[in-house]
Amino acid sequence: MSRATQKSYYWTGFRTGLPFLLVVVPFGLLFGIVATEAGFTSLQTMAFSSVVFAGAAQFTALQLMAEEVPFLIVVATALAVNLRMAMYSASLAVWLGRAPLWKRALIAYVNVDQSYAVSMNRFEDEPDLSLSQRIEFFFGAVTPVCPVWILATGLGIWFGDMIPDWIALDFAVPICFLAIIAPMMRTLAHMVSSVVSIILSLVFSGLPYNLGLLVAGVSAMIVGAQVEVWMKRRAEL
Amino acid sequence: MNSSMSAGYIWTIIIVLGVGTYLIRFSFLGLIGDKDLPEWVLRHLRYTAVAVLPGLVAPLVLWPAATDGQVDPARLSAALVTFGAGLLTKNVVAAITAGGATLFSMIWLMGAY
Repeated sequence: MSRATQKSYYWTGFRTGLPFLLVVVPFGLLFGIVATEAGFTSLQTMAFSSVVFAGAAQFTALQLMAEEVPFLIVVATALAVNLRMAMYSASLAVWLGRAPLWKRALIAYVNVDQSYAVSMNRFEDEPDLSLSQRIEFFFGAVTPVCPVWILATGLGIWFGDMIPDWIALDFAVPICFLAIIAPMMRTLAHMVSSVVSIILSLVFSGLPYNLGLLVAGVSAMIVGAQVEVWMKRRAEL
Repeated sequence: MNSSMSAGYIWTIIIVLGVGTYLIRFSFLGLIGDKDLPEWVLRHLRYTAVAVLPGLVAPLVLWPAATDGQVDPARLSAALVTFGAGLLTKNVVAAITAGGATLFSMIWLMGAY
């Protein structure tokens, strides 16, 4: 593997990650605004974004803290929102598990929805990539996302009051996720799995502690795997 | 915000969530390392993203917090356009742009907000 090609995989990842600026900037701004309104100091807000580094869980925790929910429930619910990352960790381990421990430790820190999604797409599209090319791609993809998340949080703290409501920052998150999900509909199994996920998460949305999403996620994974087996069997007949 | 939320309480939440989230992210990457996973596990993991992300988004699309959980035509149509554009073009930027344009034109048309 020549150095030039490795470098290009970093930049390929970087370019693939760039569009997420459209999402990370508004989401980070919004967190800076909401946390400040909730009474966090600037230092606490910045620390929250850089230590926890998980937008959805941060918003969840903030919401529950404002409602004066007991400490353990705040922690359990916010961590439940992040449990999906254990599944990300497991599926990334398939492709990046042979990296040295310190690199895996660093990969884990920046294992966010966006970097996970684009990397898995790439690894599955090009299964012949070498380990170092995959690592280059992964870190390339997170480079535009991670520092900007923290930067945008800071901007939200300081300029939050100037952003008008009609910008509808809240909807940046669903739009981002939908844009990531749509290109993943590769096979019938992927489609069935995502439909099951949607239906079950809506049906079980009343469950406490965000357990509905876990139920939906685990069931949809099992269904997707079963459809794959079934399709393979049919193809062999 | 309530006065009971002391600085110590906020810092404890930040640290506990930070450590907990990191351990979740590190879990399999750290423990499994270079051991091979069995085929049936791999088969399930292939569906992680499509199993979790749509379920995460569905309630946000149908019952947005910004409209107090009421179905909002602007957000719903923006979501459908984003997904449709993503399916057709397989391009994340194109999908985000189409969805954002739909959201703003719908909000403007409806004079909502």
